[in-house]
Amino acid sequence: MRPAIRFASIGLALAALAYAAAPSATAADAVDPVADAKAFKKYFTDKFPKVKLEDFVNGPYSMDEGLHQQWQEKEQFPPYEFSLELGKEMFSKPFKNGKSYGDCFPNKGIGIRQNYPYFDEKEGKVITLELALNRCREANGEPPFSYVKDEMAALTAYMAFTSRGKPFDIKIPNDPRALAAYENGKEYFYTRRGQLNFSCATCHVQSPGERIRAEVLAPALGILNAMPIYRSEWSGMGTTSRRFTSCNSQIRGVPFSPQDDEYRNVEYYLSFVSNGLPISGPGARP
Amino acid sequence: MNRIRTSLLSLASVLLIAGATSALAASEADYKAALAAAEAANKQAAGVRNQWTTTAATINAAKKAAEAGDFDKAVASANEAEALAKASIFQATSEKKLWKDMEIR
Ligand code: HEC
Repeated sequence: MRPAIRFASIGLALAALAYAAAPSATAADAVDPVADAKAFKKYFTDKFPKVKLEDFVNGPYSMDEGLHQQWQEKEQFPPYEFSLELGKEMFSKPFKNGKSYGDCFPNKGIGIRQNYPYFDEKEGKVITLELALNRCREANGEPPFSYVKDEMAALTAYMAFTSRGKPFDIKIPNDPRALAAYENGKEYFYTRRGQLNFSCATCHVQSPGERIRAEVLAPALGILNAMPIYRSEWSGMGTTSRRFTSCNSQIRGVPFSPQDDEYRNVEYYLSFVSNGLPISGPGARP
Repeated sequence: MNRIRTSLLSLASVLLIAGATSALAASEADYKAALAAAEAANKQAAGVRNQWTTTAATINAAKKAAEAGDFDKAVASANEAEALAKASIFQATSEKKLWKDMEIR
């Protein structure tokens, strides 16, 4: 039998079974982000009682003592150092028009990473840091960077670094569109997709600490605090956009374009439920 | 899990049998019709924002086989791609409700 057929049937059959078994969700469920965030933290702290809340931001390294040791060793000669230096330099270098990144951001862009993404009430959409950086470039007559490559990683690495230790402080303004964006992000996070029929939560909620191939799965709590990250597997840096798209392809789902609404919303959701946990980026991973 | 397997196997055999009946000496026209159906289904999957990478890969395999003149294989792959695309659409549709069951509350 061809593996593809077998997989298709697995997807179908699982979906069919689950469909039959599921109690239908009540449409009237109210969206309550604060209660969500509380339940989210409780889930992970109950599951990993030995891990301190602020340590969840270290992803796979928070999951196991041996790994934690590795992390401490790595932090002595951090592999993201190069990217950080580059980001710092890029950040202060003026555009052709004489302005620079700092002019596009509050507090000249220093120590503000924890406030992204935010909901822009004028536009009615979520604005991530990566998006804001490219918009800044375009507003100043510079071409946008690729969302998955080194320049974007370097800029966000520097901005994260200047915000280290500051707790995520994501706001949901009193605007039904903001609440809808949050809820859509949540839906995206829990929605199974791809031929393997996995949601983000299958890996990062149900299985953190477990190994998938050679990798230890990071817990969803604090999963964005360390972005961008250096990965030995990539032998380089990865942005949030790069991570999201690769997490989609590995379950045989076709990724969206970086900064499509789904990704912006899921970043909004995941950042909000990690409110209070410190920014630790840039990070290094095995 | 065993139960799930069994139901998969039967589902898979249904798919296989369905494929097999038309797989005898397929023509180029059969291939074109099968490919059009697969592509239409995959387009629909894009509409529900849930394409699978394997659908496109299997469509490519169909095209390759057709180029090599093997229309039996081309039709079989195109049918398989259509089944994959339809499964992805089914997944997207059913998940519209099901995602809530996984939510941390
Ligand atoms: C098949 C399992 C799987 C699924 C499904 C999955 N991921 Fe991942 N994810 C991984 C693996 C493996 C890594 C790398 C190891 C690690 O850090 O967890 C990773 C890493 C990440 C990281 C970086 C974490 C860190 O600290 O290094 C983020 C952020 C992330 N995933 C987000 C997502 C989102 C959002 C989704 C849903 C769109 C998703 N993942 C779906 C397996 C998965």
